[in-house]
Amino acid sequence: MNDAIANKALIIARDVCQSYARPSSRTLVVLDNVDVTLARNEIVGLLGRSGSGKSTLLRAMTGLIKPSSGTITCEGRALTGPSPAIAVVFQSFALFPWLTVLQNVEFGLEAQGVAPAERRKRALDAIDLIGLDGFESAYPKELSGGMRQRVGLARALVVRPKVLLMDEPFSALDVLTAETLRTDLLDLWCEGRMPIEAILMVTHNIEEAVLMCDRILMFGSNPGRVIAEIRVDLPQPRNRLDPAFRDLVEKIYVKMTMRDQAPGQSGLFRGTGIALTLRRISTNLLSGLIEAVAAPPYNGRADLPPLAAGLQHEIDDLFPVAETLQLLRFAELAGGDIQLTQTGKHFAESGVDDRKRIFAQQLQAYVPLAAHIRRILGERPTHMAPARRFRDELEDHMSERDAGETVQTVTNWARYAEYFAYDEQTDMFSLENPA
Amino acid sequence: MGLFFNDRNRRSALAVLSHVRLLPNGYDLIAFILIMTVIVLVIHGGAAMHAPLDQLTRHPIELDPMRLPEYALRTTLRMFAAMFASLLFTLVVATLAAKSRRAEMVIIPALDILQSVPVLGFLTFTVTFFTGLFPGQQLGAECAAIFAIFTSQAWNMAFSFYQSLKTVPRDLDEVSRGFGLSAWQRFWRLEAPFATPGLIWNMMMSMSGGWFFVVASEAITVGDRTVDLPGIGSWLATAIDARDFAAIGWAVLAMAIVIALYDQLLFRPIVAWADRFRAEQVASQEKPRSWVYELARRTRVMKTVTAPFAWAWQRLLLLRLGGAGARSIAVGAAKSTRLADYAWFAVIVALAAWGAVLVVDYLKTTLGFTDVLDALGRGLATLVRVVILIALASLIWVPIGVWIGLRPKVAEQVQPLAQFMAAFPANVLFPVAVLAIVATGVSANIWLSPLMILGTQWYILFNVIAGASAIPTDLREVAAVYQIRSWPWWRYVALPAVFPYYVTGAITASGGSWNASIVAEVASWGDAKLEAYGLGSYIANATAAGDFPRVLLGIAVMSLFVTFFNRALWRPLFVFAERRLRLD
Repeated sequence: MNDAIANKALIIARDVCQSYARPSSRTLVVLDNVDVTLARNEIVGLLGRSGSGKSTLLRAMTGLIKPSSGTITCEGRALTGPSPAIAVVFQSFALFPWLTVLQNVEFGLEAQGVAPAERRKRALDAIDLIGLDGFESAYPKELSGGMRQRVGLARALVVRPKVLLMDEPFSALDVLTAETLRTDLLDLWCEGRMPIEAILMVTHNIEEAVLMCDRILMFGSNPGRVIAEIRVDLPQPRNRLDPAFRDLVEKIYVKMTMRDQAPGQSGLFRGTGIALTLRRISTNLLSGLIEAVAAPPYNGRADLPPLAAGLQHEIDDLFPVAETLQLLRFAELAGGDIQLTQTGKHFAESGVDDRKRIFAQQLQAYVPLAAHIRRILGERPTHMAPARRFRDELEDHMSERDAGETVQTVTNWARYAEYFAYDEQTDMFSLENPA
Repeated sequence: MGLFFNDRNRRSALAVLSHVRLLPNGYDLIAFILIMTVIVLVIHGGAAMHAPLDQLTRHPIELDPMRLPEYALRTTLRMFAAMFASLLFTLVVATLAAKSRRAEMVIIPALDILQSVPVLGFLTFTVTFFTGLFPGQQLGAECAAIFAIFTSQAWNMAFSFYQSLKTVPRDLDEVSRGFGLSAWQRFWRLEAPFATPGLIWNMMMSMSGGWFFVVASEAITVGDRTVDLPGIGSWLATAIDARDFAAIGWAVLAMAIVIALYDQLLFRPIVAWADRFRAEQVASQEKPRSWVYELARRTRVMKTVTAPFAWAWQRLLLLRLGGAGARSIAVGAAKSTRLADYAWFAVIVALAAWGAVLVVDYLKTTLGFTDVLDALGRGLATLVRVVILIALASLIWVPIGVWIGLRPKVAEQVQPLAQFMAAFPANVLFPVAVLAIVATGVSANIWLSPLMILGTQWYILFNVIAGASAIPTDLREVAAVYQIRSWPWWRYVALPAVFPYYVTGAITASGGSWNASIVAEVASWGDAKLEAYGLGSYIANATAAGDFPRVLLGIAVMSLFVTFFNRALWRPLFVFAERRLRLD
């Protein structure tokens, strides 16, 4: 890295690793040697799926958590804790329900020991800037989501930070509100009316990243790492319908659907064999997507961006479903497209009972944990086994939460396929069919 | 508590000072009179506490209705002194438990056991201790009474506070740390406000229970020493000795007025004020209201008067005590403190073992194995009473509570009444029952028992009402559409829906009944003494005789029974209700 960039840089994260020590076995790596530089006058987006560790990286860059290894410097000094130069905007807004809008905005100033009169003045200025006038005395619960996030923004700006870090700031908002907030924020940024010098935002929305960012860092999962950097040189304000904009979006889709090189791994799913971590995707969503792709106009092959738009899905909702279909060999993902396999097409044309049969076959063949549970149930004379046993087994390989979710997912799939049964009260798997 | 000055006056401090008009408005006058009255009363009552002890013997309790307001005041002050102490205890001990893992290992199990220890049994020891601390002064006996009330109030408040501190939302915590709040600022800005709604609910429950104990602990006889602190409880004891039925009527009336006043003047305003701390993100339809709170908000002079406090509080919050929270937290690293944990644990075990040896040694000198068997047998008798009474009360109040809860109009009227009945110290009504038993000559072993649940059954009622009111309309409509009636309706709709609420109420009722047994199993009217076979009468008699070893044994056995009862019955039910039947 040359000196010119180093001078421009506000926050530099070097070789950041974050891992969780596991009592039983190997450590769980969430971030693997991540390098990120945030320079003055730029908006950088961290784009990746949920669970890819990008929020962890953001928290490390705010000084909230200390990474297992690696360094983070802010304006050349090592970051040892939350710094006044860095402000954060949260996905959940994180407003204090018992404080009014004004008091919420004043909150950060109070921590800095600013006197009440000065506090009031600065808070009112920030409220004015962010378009919250008239709401000063309202409580957060009286506000809409969009207004709440404006309060979150005002609270972050009022302490005059150099850097604004935003953790999926618009993902809890409806489409229209989110768009208004994005445009307002971009206007303030472009007109230089905010005191901040750089913005880093975490997002899983590809269009949002292309709309707002000067640079996009694509994040890969398992473990989290930067897999690509994309410059966005389009002038602001950007137009979503501009062909150059669409090209860029398509390019990112292609990159995101690219198969990982590591054998036995697909993008979403960590681990191999029975230790494959599964995300909770309902069978309704799976068959819904199969049907949607099978039906005209797609007829078995669909480009992901229009498919997501057509289904009114955020792409991040669609990816896990699509990748689960890939895992179960109902579909293939490549080049930003999803294409149904023969099994997938067959599934789409079948009735309820046949679908269950096909699903059970795919479980048996491609979900090792399901096959493993089924085999053990078959071996036992009672045909029963406690679910606890399998969760424990998985916890040797993954976090407790992931193990719980994985077992739950397999349970739901197996119930749908009538592959095996589960009783919640006793926490037991069995081969018995309630029918 | 500074919290009270906090938010309400934040804006007004500046706004008011910038107003040129400082003339009082009509609300000011009323508020001013109210405040002055309270101040005068507190000073008067507080001064009386310091009076020498012989004054009590020279001026015994007079059954003159003119003296009753003063007695009521003294009783109320004791109550508030205890509440203040409980609050202090909660803020310190619960915070310690939430912040320090080692302290948590000791405090939480200790609180759990203390919740089950019969409060009234303590009186024997505390009276001796506190009168020794302030020889020749009423203050000693006052402290003993206040301590007894404190022990009935503090534990559940501390529990609630601890639980809230442990469940502070992660994002709010991150915001506080992100802005670099000090530990002191974080406590008052985030943790205390977040814990407020739960704490206030538990304070209300504690206060309700406390009236019972304040009445029971004012007139104390320990061995040959009898102390009658001026108050409604002593008035009642004197009235019973004198067989003065009218005086008992006066006591009931005074108690009713006191409870109504404390509800209107203190708790409703606090609940109305604390509504903002409920950490929900949607506006609730119904806000709690209080005329006193409205009054306080509308007064102008009040604001001027409190402005300096608000200002001081603001400054206090700028303090950066306890170091900045401005450090990154290392997550995911395995902690290497296991050895220290074991050492700490060993110290605790050693101390506990030493204590156990001391207690057993102390008991062994005077008591034999037969005494232990006797106490256990009596414990069983009381257990049977509690179980039967809770079952009976449930059979009666669950259907009634559901009926009421489904009718919002009726519930609106009945709910405050049920809460009032729960707060009303049932021991004030005991003489009436004793009179009836003496007059009819029925078995005391059976008919004294209902007294145990006289005051506590209402917890079942008002919790069930709350549960039934909370049944979602869509569930009720489904039941109506599919014409589910009679038993299936109870089986599939009403009972599962109110069950979590019922369990909450029944736990309180059962705990209260154990405590009440100490007062209820022995009752008198003049010379007529009634006694039921049970652990309560065992402790009561031992207390009156000043027989410390037996009191200790009785308390230990009762704690054992209550703890066992809680673990074996209530906790599993509670877990079941939380897991399967929560509607939200």
